[in-house]
Amino acid sequence: MDKAPVTPARKLTDAEARLAEIFATQLSAGAPQTAKLRAAAFDAFSKRGLPNRRDEAWRYTDLRALLRDVKPLAAPPDESAKQSARNAAVLADVTARRVVFVGGYFVPELSDLSDLEKGLSVMSLSEALAKGDAATTAQIGNVGEVDDPAFALNTAFMGEGVVIRVGAGVCVDRPIQLVFVASAQPATYFLRSLVIVEKGARATLIESFEGDTTQEYHVNAATEVVLEEVASLERLKISREGAAAMHVSTFVAALAADAQLSDFGFNLGGALLRNQSFINISGQRAHAALRGANILKGKEHADATLFLDHAAERSESKALFKSVLDDTSQAVFQGKILVRPGAQKTDARMMARTLLLSEGAQANCKPELEIFADDVQCAHGSTVGALDENLIFYLMARGIPQAEAEALLTEAFVGEVIDAVENRSVREALTTLVSERLRTRQ
Amino acid sequence: MTALLEIRDLKAEIAGKQILNGYDLTVNAGEVHAIMGPNGSGKSTLSYVLSGRPGYKITEGQALLAGADLSQMSVDERAAAGLFLAFQYPLEVPGVATMTFLRAALNAQRKKRGEEEMSSPDLIKRVKELAKILDMDMEMLRRPVNVGFSGGEKKRAETLQMMLLEPKLCILDETDSGLDIDALKVVSYGVNQLRSKDRGIVVITHYQRLLDYITPDVVHVQSAGRIVRTGGKELALELEETGYARYQSEAA
Amino acid sequence: MAAVQETVEQVRRVGADQYKYGFVTDIESDLAPKGLSEEIVRFISAKKNEPEWMLEWRLEAYRRWLTMTEPKWARVDYPAIDYQDLYYYAAPKSKAGPKSLDEVDPELLRTYEKLGIPLHEREILAGVERPEGEERPRVAVDAVFDSVSVATTFKEELKKSGVIFCPISEALREHPELVRKYLGTVVPASDNYFATLNSAVFSDGSFVYIPPGVRCPMELSTYFRINEKNTGQFERTLIIADRGSYVSYLEGCTAPKRDENQLHAAVVELVTLDDAEIKYSTVQNWYPGDENGKGGIYNFVTKRGDCRGVNSKISWTQVETGSAITWKYPSCVLRGDNSRGEFYSIAISNGRQQVDSGTKMIHLGKGTTSRIISKGISAGRSSNAYRGLVSAHRKAEGARNFTNCDSLLIGDACSAHTIPYIEAKNPSCVFEHEATTSKISEDVLFYCMQRGLSQEDATALVVNGFVRDVLQQLPMEFAVEAQKLISVSLEGSVG
Repeated sequence: MDKAPVTPARKLTDAEARLAEIFATQLSAGAPQTAKLRAAAFDAFSKRGLPNRRDEAWRYTDLRALLRDVKPLAAPPDESAKQSARNAAVLADVTARRVVFVGGYFVPELSDLSDLEKGLSVMSLSEALAKGDAATTAQIGNVGEVDDPAFALNTAFMGEGVVIRVGAGVCVDRPIQLVFVASAQPATYFLRSLVIVEKGARATLIESFEGDTTQEYHVNAATEVVLEEVASLERLKISREGAAAMHVSTFVAALAADAQLSDFGFNLGGALLRNQSFINISGQRAHAALRGANILKGKEHADATLFLDHAAERSESKALFKSVLDDTSQAVFQGKILVRPGAQKTDARMMARTLLLSEGAQANCKPELEIFADDVQCAHGSTVGALDENLIFYLMARGIPQAEAEALLTEAFVGEVIDAVENRSVREALTTLVSERLRTRQ
Repeated sequence: MTALLEIRDLKAEIAGKQILNGYDLTVNAGEVHAIMGPNGSGKSTLSYVLSGRPGYKITEGQALLAGADLSQMSVDERAAAGLFLAFQYPLEVPGVATMTFLRAALNAQRKKRGEEEMSSPDLIKRVKELAKILDMDMEMLRRPVNVGFSGGEKKRAETLQMMLLEPKLCILDETDSGLDIDALKVVSYGVNQLRSKDRGIVVITHYQRLLDYITPDVVHVQSAGRIVRTGGKELALELEETGYARYQSEAA
Repeated sequence: MAAVQETVEQVRRVGADQYKYGFVTDIESDLAPKGLSEEIVRFISAKKNEPEWMLEWRLEAYRRWLTMTEPKWARVDYPAIDYQDLYYYAAPKSKAGPKSLDEVDPELLRTYEKLGIPLHEREILAGVERPEGEERPRVAVDAVFDSVSVATTFKEELKKSGVIFCPISEALREHPELVRKYLGTVVPASDNYFATLNSAVFSDGSFVYIPPGVRCPMELSTYFRINEKNTGQFERTLIIADRGSYVSYLEGCTAPKRDENQLHAAVVELVTLDDAEIKYSTVQNWYPGDENGKGGIYNFVTKRGDCRGVNSKISWTQVETGSAITWKYPSCVLRGDNSRGEFYSIAISNGRQQVDSGTKMIHLGKGTTSRIISKGISAGRSSNAYRGLVSAHRKAEGARNFTNCDSLLIGDACSAHTIPYIEAKNPSCVFEHEATTSKISEDVLFYCMQRGLSQEDATALVVNGFVRDVLQQLPMEFAVEAQKLISVSLEGSVG
């Protein structure tokens, strides 16, 4: 978001030095289609280095301090890793077309790419790049102007992911689920996907990240979405990473006229989780709904940073983020609504609510309005607090034990976000995930 | 025989301010008691002290429910032991569906008493029956607890909860406030249905009106945090005539 | 639509000619040599006959300042300031310093008369009309002209109740123990670039001490005037409300129209001990520059209050209409248990003005509460930002904050920004924040005009309604002045 001041040459951190070394030895001589893009991105990254608390957009998540070392780039998964990935559990009961990645690699035998709906194309990123797919090379890294070091790093190192294309006017009912399963070794994954929803088309995309390991691993994921006129996408991203995992994810979307985006990011586990979204609304009457929920415990730290750029008339955005913080967990919400000159009749609303359940939990919240057009309706709100004691008393007076009363009220608090998910089976699965997570509370 | 509710020389305070000043009251199973009194005499405080609202502290004396010391129990334990408070201002619980709430409450109480849980179909059936008696639209019960209900609807919902949970002791805190005559009749009908030889009912009210529909066995006048006079149902009529002035001056 | 369009046009036409305080007083001044150095710091200290420790304090701040860089995070944009091209000390020439009002240079008295601030004890702030028969409230005034205080009224009367109200340079001589005990304890000399600069070169300002249990018998007021060319004004105000006392303090400011920018870097420190209360109101009307952004005051101010005692209270109310650039965040450190902080603000920007203002509420003690009401109005080609911090530290059990920030946009060439930071580290705290940005509703304008109001009156009505919550916080005398100022600032849209 805000440009960080150019700092005079400083000593690189160990992690930065390691990244430079890996880039020089393993990536700079890569495929010609992407060599230029990677080099430019790494250059952009190097100018700023790992983001730290002096970068306004990273104020509460100091990656430079947190990323002590860099795990090696992931090696292809062995059979046992693939086997264990069969048990990937997040939304397992939802009917969806699954595309499975284990340890950062595409696993065709676990994926379902047969009988693709007419007008739908799904291929791995490496395949698309190898083929020299014109749309992929044209769009990747170009969907929006994003000035962010973590995203630049992803572009420089991008590994595997998918390229999805929904042809004009095509409506794909069955959700497409990208399942990313971490392997048991310490590793760094750079995942990158591109989704193009053509004119009047419609689709549902689920990205689930899970890791059943206590090993420290690092995920840097990025998804770019192009929504052409009247296109519509519902996207859900669920992170249930391993207890020591660090996960930074960038979402870039460009909305043309009358396009509709509904995005929901749900954090259920991981040592450090950051979802950053850059939503460029450049078409009139486009509509973006952005939601997020964090249910955190232990020392987990989750950061949702949102940048909504309204550059066209009569566009709308609605953002609703909820966090439930237990133990000494921390949640960060930063949301900026920018209304550019001329983007009249913009209607933008943002709300962030945080529930603190325990001594030591911390909430940092920074909603921002930056308005350059007068005929607009913009608002943001934020609340931080504990559960309402009067409500707990009321429930207990009806015989409900305290822990259950608190769980019920907490579920209801998160429920408002979940209820907005359009796909019914996904919504029900998410509700179950929430109550499981809350019932395991001590 | 052990009394259903026995309050002995009870003193209680909120935020360091004493509100109950040596309260004595005995309610036996099968009895309906009315507690009347001027505003500010601590009528609601009594109901909150008995139900265990945080912030209300017993400093002296005892309150026993069927011989068990209430002060030793948490709020939900008191409920499971059979104490039900119909709130003067029932709270809205956003996001929690009424049915979910009723199921959670009923089964938590049953579990605590070592009884079998009620199945969902049975529960729905029972709630439907009660809704019919109380002239409530089932549509209302699909909404979150009390959210968007009018004052009258909230009181009907409280009565429904009370009838579903079948407590031993019902405390009705100013249930008549904010009720029109139709709602008053319906709610009273529900309460009268609950009258039985095993159950005690305490009706807290400012006005005599409610007692036209729920006939009390005993009427108490409360002033300045204790009971100052006790009589039969005719005492309520007398109060209607004379007002609370003499009790207020006594209190002062 | 037409009505709004017209309003916008009229606002656009408004230039600096509306600024009626832009005259220059022709008076001879004592100036220190231009530029900043240790010698200048020593010169200022010597001019004021300060004790040695004060000089040392200033020099330490100066040395510290040399190592610092100007902050860049605010949403304001201005050419680099040449700190060597400023006068750091300017005082109207007089013989020894006036003993009483009769000895004050009549030219100065006329200046304040013109500004509506008569320095006669029998009169009150001008421009205030009161109903017949109602007793006029009295206001004690300390008038600061460039770097020195030229007069303080009602001093004797205040003395009777034990209240000390005098220029800070006098307090340094007469009450050194009090000044030394509190100066720099709320805003440390090393706090920030401008506060550190102020600590090195501050010239004058007011000192107030209210003894335990005393309710100050009248409003206290300081009126700041920058007159001399190329001067910086670096006033320093220190107000201490001892246990159980109360004071209401008003501050007003103006400056002549000049093409050069002038720097004003003030520091205000407030301290409340147990059960004490300070109500601090500001009407800031420094010269805002002309319609092209030429000239005007750079208002870089550090204001902070420390609720040091239990149950104490500090309330900031500000009406910001002037200055080319405003950079100020009157804040409260809620240290004492159950202490309370309030911030009420109206910030109006027009022309090329840039405002980056807000507050910080730092909850440290148990049961502390705060309230923030901010109303920003942007017109012309101005930029108006609210920036605020509400934080609760681990021990701030039961902390409460309510924040409401509304922005109103008049015309499509201005901008409004809202940048709140909310940081909670205690699970029992309750923070609520809400903010909106919108323009004056066409429907409301139409409704009012259909009832016979002109579009100007209708706009005025809406704007007045918009700022009402804050205006109500001002003492009566200031509220009237402030309302007039708002009209002038938005000339064309407000009747």
